[in-house]
Amino acid sequence: MLIRLFAACVTAGIFAIPGAAFAAGPVVLSIHDNQFEPNQLVLPAGIKLQLVIRNLDALPAEFESTDLSREVIVRGHGEVNIYIGPMDPGTYHFFNDFNHEMQGTIVAKPAVNKEN
Amino acid sequence: MLATAVIMFREVLEAALIIAIVLGASRGIAGRGKWVAAGIGLGLLGASIVAIMANIASSEFSGYGQAILNAVILLCAVAMLTWHNVWMSAHGRELSAEVKAVGLDVQSGQRPLTALLIITMVAVMREGSEAVLFLWAIATSGEHSLNMVLGGLGGVASGILVGLLLYFGLLRIPVRHFFSFTSWLILLLASGLAAQAAGFLNQIGLLPDLGNGVWNTSNILNQNSLFGQLLHILVGYIARPSGIEIVFYVGTFLTILTLMRTFGNNRSKPIKTAGNPA
Repeated sequence: MLIRLFAACVTAGIFAIPGAAFAAGPVVLSIHDNQFEPNQLVLPAGIKLQLVIRNLDALPAEFESTDLSREVIVRGHGEVNIYIGPMDPGTYHFFNDFNHEMQGTIVAKPAVNKEN
Repeated sequence: MLATAVIMFREVLEAALIIAIVLGASRGIAGRGKWVAAGIGLGLLGASIVAIMANIASSEFSGYGQAILNAVILLCAVAMLTWHNVWMSAHGRELSAEVKAVGLDVQSGQRPLTALLIITMVAVMREGSEAVLFLWAIATSGEHSLNMVLGGLGGVASGILVGLLLYFGLLRIPVRHFFSFTSWLILLLASGLAAQAAGFLNQIGLLPDLGNGVWNTSNILNQNSLFGQLLHILVGYIARPSGIEIVFYVGTFLTILTLMRTFGNNRSKPIKTAGNPA
């Protein structure tokens, strides 16, 4: 498991996809003016990532993703850290359970083109 | 206002359904009403404390602490539901005789009244803390707050109403089948809660995920739809489960089932449990 994770980290570092928003440190997702910023995150598949959710609004938010089994409350002007992944390539929806108008997606892309 | 109502409805629904099932399943046990009511009261108190803590404390609490708290609460509920179900499998027959005969106290074995209290308490606490946090925030900010608070209360009322409907629906099941039906329901409910706990522990990196999205049935039934959410609460439906969630679900299911079979086969043997004040 660890070896796999290490290998994935290394390959992700070397073969970074141009334009993809990753991923040396934690990935930051902001909540601002009742919007997720950005509302689409392109992240590497196959590795475990730390996601910081930063709430710049006064209202608390509940970041939730049934696709990723994630559910965490972020108080107003607060932030939380959670882990996501390793994800398979694909699209994962998330939303604010306290305001379902606020939606976003995570697009997980393979860090390397696999031969198999 | 409507949006607030919907959010509060969703928050309250899970606790309401769990309480309805627990009340249904404990039908005929004398004194259960008081214990469940005490559980709801303590749960609301606990929810308020958690909400206040979340508001004043700390990035420590939010994130890591939150997930740990949720996982502990859920696993407590699973343990208590297990106890309840195992007890019922040992005494369900006497109870269903008693329900027909009306109102005798069950003599043998320890009654799972503490379990009822803890199940309702933790269910209310988990869902309630989110509801309190949300209502508190809208009550203290913005000029539309009165409307939103009213909407929120409407949502709470609707959630409770659905719980009542389920409860009275359950009561319509003939007594002969009643306890086996509610036992199965609790078995699935508890397995679902265990899977949720696994999700929380995985979220903060304490458990591996053993595969993300082992299958995906979002196209057939979206977990975020109302029906999907109902099934999620009642039987632990997860549209896109991770491996660890499946392991916890199946593991809990088999453990409880085995315990029920073990103790259910020998009805004269009292169940060994921790002290029960009743």
